[in-house]
Amino acid sequence: MQITDTLARPSAARIPWLTIGVWGGLAILVLVAYVRAPQATTAVLTSTIRQSTPIILGALAGIMCERSGVINIGIEGMMLICAFLGFLFNVWTGDLILATMGALLVGAAVGAFHALMSITLKVDQIIAGTVINILAVGLTGYFYQQGLTTRGKFSPVSIPVLADIPIIGPVFFSNPPITYASLILIVVIHVLLFRTAWGLRTRAVGEHPAAADTVGIAVNRVRYINVIIGGMLAGLAGAFLTLESVGSFERNMTNGRGFVSLAVMIFGKWTPFGAWGGSLLFGFANAMQSQIQFLKNQLPSWLAWIGDLPPQFIGMLPYVLTIAVLAGFVGRARPPAAIGKVYEKE
Amino acid sequence: MTAKPEVVLEARNITKRFPGVVANENVSLKLHRGEVLALLGENGAGKTTLMNILYGLYHQDSGEVLIRGEPVRISSPSESIKRGIGMVHQHFMLVPVFTVAENIILGAETGRGPFLDLNVARQRIRELSQRYHLDVDPDAYVKDLSVGQQQRVEIIKALYRNADILILDEPTAVLTPQETEELFAIIRTLTARGASVIFISHKLKEVLAIADQIMVLRRGRVVGETTPREATERSLAEMMVGRSVMLEVEKGEAHPGAPVLTLENVTVLDDRGQQVVNGVSLEVHAGEILGIAGVQGNGQTELVEAITGLRPVHSGRVRINGRDVTNASPRRISETGCAHVPEDRQEDGLVLTYTVADNLVLNTYYAPPFAHGIVRDERAILDHANRLIERYDVRTPSALTLVSALSGGNKQKVIIARELSREGRLLIAAQPTRGIDVGSIEFIHHQIIAERDRGAAVLLVSAELDEIMALSDRIAVMYHGRIATTLPAASATREELGLLMAGAQPSNAAQEPVTDGRAVVNVQRRGV
Repeated sequence: MQITDTLARPSAARIPWLTIGVWGGLAILVLVAYVRAPQATTAVLTSTIRQSTPIILGALAGIMCERSGVINIGIEGMMLICAFLGFLFNVWTGDLILATMGALLVGAAVGAFHALMSITLKVDQIIAGTVINILAVGLTGYFYQQGLTTRGKFSPVSIPVLADIPIIGPVFFSNPPITYASLILIVVIHVLLFRTAWGLRTRAVGEHPAAADTVGIAVNRVRYINVIIGGMLAGLAGAFLTLESVGSFERNMTNGRGFVSLAVMIFGKWTPFGAWGGSLLFGFANAMQSQIQFLKNQLPSWLAWIGDLPPQFIGMLPYVLTIAVLAGFVGRARPPAAIGKVYEKE
Repeated sequence: MTAKPEVVLEARNITKRFPGVVANENVSLKLHRGEVLALLGENGAGKTTLMNILYGLYHQDSGEVLIRGEPVRISSPSESIKRGIGMVHQHFMLVPVFTVAENIILGAETGRGPFLDLNVARQRIRELSQRYHLDVDPDAYVKDLSVGQQQRVEIIKALYRNADILILDEPTAVLTPQETEELFAIIRTLTARGASVIFISHKLKEVLAIADQIMVLRRGRVVGETTPREATERSLAEMMVGRSVMLEVEKGEAHPGAPVLTLENVTVLDDRGQQVVNGVSLEVHAGEILGIAGVQGNGQTELVEAITGLRPVHSGRVRINGRDVTNASPRRISETGCAHVPEDRQEDGLVLTYTVADNLVLNTYYAPPFAHGIVRDERAILDHANRLIERYDVRTPSALTLVSALSGGNKQKVIIARELSREGRLLIAAQPTRGIDVGSIEFIHHQIIAERDRGAAVLLVSAELDEIMALSDRIAVMYHGRIATTLPAASATREELGLLMAGAQPSNAAQEPVTDGRAVVNVQRRGV
């Protein structure tokens, strides 16, 4: 019953020895690595955070939707549409903040569209999400013109003093704004879900909508709002890609990140911090992949064989890891009970 | 009593139609302060519809509702809550993965700004628990509570919202007799403190025990109003059904023969992999009815599924007529002459989108005379259907009507007809009369006894203690996946069975002096 306990109350009073052990072990590993190769370690960790940002934002989007009982497999498409339009807003206005706002608004609109299909029109929610994914690829591909240029992307903002701490400074306190926002949002959404009345209602609607209805909670309204918030989070993930990470748009640039987000959400048992753990894992695998290609020649002799592997194999690393982790954990995860079911009174 | 207390809730000429049916027609009721009004009627008589209108889940087509003399229009549950109406639904409206406190405050959250503060809530819950003797731990998870405890949470949930008019919809359906006694004590405390209660039920004994006023509904109309002092079980049953009914089932002596079904140390796992049947051994003989009593969810469902091949037997042996059928396919088990009336007729008993005729050959469609090779013989299937419809009194427009269009009682008769017409040697009937009309119940009871008298072995599983006591020759009580003991039906008493259903040990149950409700309750607490 451990699992459902964590679901209902992630911060139960008992001491999470397993979590402490895992993180403690990781911290020691990082320290050892840092002593041996400071630059490479910092680079890998910084890259881990960057790579995990769109994943955790996507996972938070999924958590908001699914905790309220609406399946959202359209996160990939939502990200892509928002990445594209965020990029266009940047091209037109030249203002990154305005462009980000635009991406958020578009995300809200796509979220509202998903809510309309899944809640009001009672379309099968998997189909509704697939519609969004297909639309996103088609529309962005059709309207994308080569050669559009922008005046750049968000650059890192160092926080004074904190940024000077070794390892932690460069990894956590020298990031661009959307990365900071994603870190703050993990905490905000955790508190929202588990410490506020709104969160209690959201979870009730996702678990037992009839119970919520009989105490006067407007089930579909709660779902609409959560799906729209989810859309905005997916929008922010899209904005991260074009306005902070790459600075321009490429066809199908989300490259499966929306789906990885969903995997990570399940891995994290629909909790923000759990999902963050999963995102970091994926981000780390991604970072290793690029670093290994970088550092081929500096590998210690006993790891030299890694440098000889075809790069495609190393490129697979994050996805293989995702599959392995999901296969190992997903069987024990329990989704919200009313997920995917339209609520109808009798 | 000279002056009646004030009328707190009144309904005048409520009419509500659903497509094709009139659920309520000109229904009026008056509920006085401090009174228990029992609403009696069969399933589908319109009791729940009426309550859902009072609670704001439905709207009446015509008629008006007055609360404390003031006409109101209740358009949503939050409005009825605001006016002091609380409802305990038949299927509890609790989130299993939330704590008691979280469930109670849901929708009426306490805290600073948007943040929850459960301490204030815990405090009030404790006060209410003490005041009304409703013992629950605010921090327990609802999924870990017994059904009786969950019901208490529902009542506190209503009281927490300052409800003084409580609607209890079939509150005793899932309780043991002792838990029912406890509930009645709670209801008496509530009314003594000025609350008014509407008690919905189809159980005559309970209505007579708890009500001050009784109103009987039949087919959406009020067919009678009375008090427990003027009414008897018989008069109430006649009002409810509209004709005189046999409350007792007539049956002769059993003539048990050789064992037909033998279970040896059977264990079964549920869907989550938990062991829910823990080493059950029993024998059912030809020509006898063995009843399995027990509160729902004590492993009966899984046991029946395991015997009939719908769920793997984890360990142990199942034999029918001496042949080992442990983990055999359902078809093989059925071909040994095992008839199965499943618990969930909509889900497991019938294919709702098939015709009555096709449903009547679901277990024999592949064999002659209904099929020749791979070709169905429509003529034979139709003839067979018409014969059974006649013989088992299935009320259907035709054999080619979709079975989904039939009433609950007639659906069940289709299953009974299909299963019994094969004249097998074993009948397994799970909840054979759940939620169907009294007429069909009588008919099905007679059929089950006829099966026994024909020489079949009958395993009857039912949550209705009355049914078990009326039909069985021997009674086994199932609790937490075990069968503590098997008693001869002739000497078993309700009290004794009730204690066993609550987990008391057989020796205990016999020794305990059961004099009044209080003593029974204490024993039951110890047992749990």
